[in-house]
Amino acid sequence: MMGLDLTLVWAAIIGFAVMAYVVMDGFDLGIGILFPTFKVGEERDQAMNSIAPVWDGNETWLVMGGGGLLAAFPLAYAIILPATYPLMIAMLLGLIFRGVAFEFRWRDPGHRAFWDVAFTAGSLVAALAQGMTLGAILQGITVKNNAYAGGWLDWLSPFSLLTGIAVLVGYALLGATWLIWKTEGSSLRHAQAMARRLAVGTLVALAAVSAATPYLAYEYWRRWFEMPGVLLTAQVPLLVVVCAATLFWSLRRGHERLPFLMALGLFLLGFVGLGVSLYPYIVPPAVTIRDAAAPEESLSFLLAGAIIIIPLILAYTAWAYWVFRGKVGTHGYH
Amino acid sequence: MLSGLDPVVLARAQFAFTISFHFIFPAFSIGLASYLFVLEGLWLKTGRGVYANLYRYWLKIFAVVFGMGVVSGVVMSYQFGTNWSVFSQKAGPVVGPLMAYEVLTAFFLEAGFLGVMLFGMNKVGKGLHFFATSMVALGTLISATWIIAVNSWMQTPAGHSINEAGQFVPASWVQIIFTASFPYRLVHTVIAAYLTTAFAVGAVGAWHLLKDRANPGARKMFSMAMWMAALVAPVQILAGDAHGLNTLEHQPVKVLAMEGDYRASPDGAPLIVFGLPDSEAAEVRYALSLPYLGSLILKHDPFAPLPGLTDFPREEWPPVHIVFWSFRIMVALGFAMLGIGLWSLFARYRGRLYEWSSLHRAAVVMGPSGFVAVIAGWVTTEVGRQPYTVYGLLRTADSVSPLAAPAVAASLIAFIVVYFVAFGAGTYYLARLMARPPERGESEPPNLPQRAAGITPASGVSAPFATKE
Repeated sequence: MMGLDLTLVWAAIIGFAVMAYVVMDGFDLGIGILFPTFKVGEERDQAMNSIAPVWDGNETWLVMGGGGLLAAFPLAYAIILPATYPLMIAMLLGLIFRGVAFEFRWRDPGHRAFWDVAFTAGSLVAALAQGMTLGAILQGITVKNNAYAGGWLDWLSPFSLLTGIAVLVGYALLGATWLIWKTEGSSLRHAQAMARRLAVGTLVALAAVSAATPYLAYEYWRRWFEMPGVLLTAQVPLLVVVCAATLFWSLRRGHERLPFLMALGLFLLGFVGLGVSLYPYIVPPAVTIRDAAAPEESLSFLLAGAIIIIPLILAYTAWAYWVFRGKVGTHGYH
Repeated sequence: MLSGLDPVVLARAQFAFTISFHFIFPAFSIGLASYLFVLEGLWLKTGRGVYANLYRYWLKIFAVVFGMGVVSGVVMSYQFGTNWSVFSQKAGPVVGPLMAYEVLTAFFLEAGFLGVMLFGMNKVGKGLHFFATSMVALGTLISATWIIAVNSWMQTPAGHSINEAGQFVPASWVQIIFTASFPYRLVHTVIAAYLTTAFAVGAVGAWHLLKDRANPGARKMFSMAMWMAALVAPVQILAGDAHGLNTLEHQPVKVLAMEGDYRASPDGAPLIVFGLPDSEAAEVRYALSLPYLGSLILKHDPFAPLPGLTDFPREEWPPVHIVFWSFRIMVALGFAMLGIGLWSLFARYRGRLYEWSSLHRAAVVMGPSGFVAVIAGWVTTEVGRQPYTVYGLLRTADSVSPLAAPAVAASLIAFIVVYFVAFGAGTYYLARLMARPPERGESEPPNLPQRAAGITPASGVSAPFATKE
């Protein structure tokens, strides 16, 4: 592929897959996190039913992120996963519990309370582990001879705990705003009340992580505060303010779709902020996307298919969402 | 306590445990997806309610199986990095794109259409719903193709070069995908998934026939499953034979370990039916063997010479006793399946397919046989690849992540506990679903999520139950 910077293209595609995962499974996991606050019975059934047809597709983006990283940046995959080993295992085990709960809670009404707890606990653990993984990457990973060279608890720090909680709260906001869109009656009112509190929580968390990141180490602060880059980077916090204001306004006015879109906007801006901080590193402070990139033969072979298939995936995913559009309805059983 | 353990052994144990558990579910869902495709197709073609009922009956089971396959599969996509990071870094440029293509062309396809397949019967038209079922079935087959391509490259690597960093760099993607063992392994594995499903479906049908011979759903599913057994079990034995000849050509040490042939047989090798392999002494103790049959099977010539394991350095040997036994379990089950298939043909000829209780009992006993055979076959080919991850090129001991033994041991224990709780419960729910006889007016999956949003429910879905049965 002449003239095309394959490494950069693949960094963008992996970034897109991770972003797609975060927003799509984000609202799924968020519903799991909020699940105990909904009343047993109709409210919980509605919440579950609103994601039952789509959660599997949402989670596929996580597999895409992992598989894509292995294909396009094998060195990064080979460093990050051992470096965050306990987090990865905890996330996978959490995803197992919440994944099976979708079917099992219907199959076994006698143990529905147990599977509801499994759904929540699994979602909490997965969200926390994902947020802490983000923190562990941002704070830097010890690398020697192209391999992870730190201990097996290096990822644990006040900063990674902060990012873990931030992602947890953010996912819960996504979940609450999704339920505002998809439910009605008492579930809707409950979701609105939760969303107002979670919006405040998400903004506080976003501010705390943003405030801590530039002072972590390395050159993060340069990217954010030095001229002329600041002219561009300053737009990110500005847009965050616009999104947040619209979110609060739409919640107060009782809009049912706008809050979810604004919550997505906040995540998108947070993601752009991360990109600004990280680029060109994929494993800071040692490995850039160029160091980690697979050979051109691998990148071009996969890109040839990806540029055709990814738009197709987006099309039929959109169709599947369209089929199940509208409010969930109150009757779970037929 | 745990630090005394070898991290390589622990990492292998963890991969073996997670992949074996995972493989059970796709082996079933590949077959079930195709079966559902056939059932819905027959229903649309004939309009007979029995097919619609069976579709809904097995759809509920499929939903549980598929869910467990998804969550155990997500684990696999991260196992390569968490536990085999050196393998990932070195072989990632070759196997990574193949696995990414599996996600792009198969996983998204299955997941995207699964929601409509499970919950969309009243939301989209019949044709569109059948299309969704077809896409899910197609997705399972595409998935099998890519992952078998990855595995086959690791068994019989070709089409790559090795750069100065020791990384495998793709040279020819056609050669990487279509390696020497790929077509044999793909055919053998997909047929295995179909047979596994046929015997599971057959056992459920037989179970209900034992209780009520007149149940039309039980009769139909038993008959369909027995046709599969009778027609496909012999094909599988032939495919397995061809696969074995191919392995002998490219991985002779693996086949010699499977056969228990420690010593060379210049005048034709016997077939060792049973015995206790002893690698220390390089002999099979208490061997029960049939002369010349080994060469006849492997070379299709009773007097053809065969080498022995002792012709190869010991550090190239896989763990002989494991592959020796796993291979025998697989083959024995394959012939037992053939036996059931032939018995069912005879029963059909005598007009007693639905009345012959001992056939039904045998079919119930054989219900799990496919799962056992699939795992045994997988153990044979994977343990037989040892001591390499990429055969002949990258040793397993050199592929593992730089992790401390306690971390790997702790995660292994966590996986074992979680899998037994989650998948143990799932297996119990499956058994409960299967224990319920198929009924007229079979219900849909219970959590139909949403009321129709502007689409008229497809009226035909429930109508045919009133018509011809």
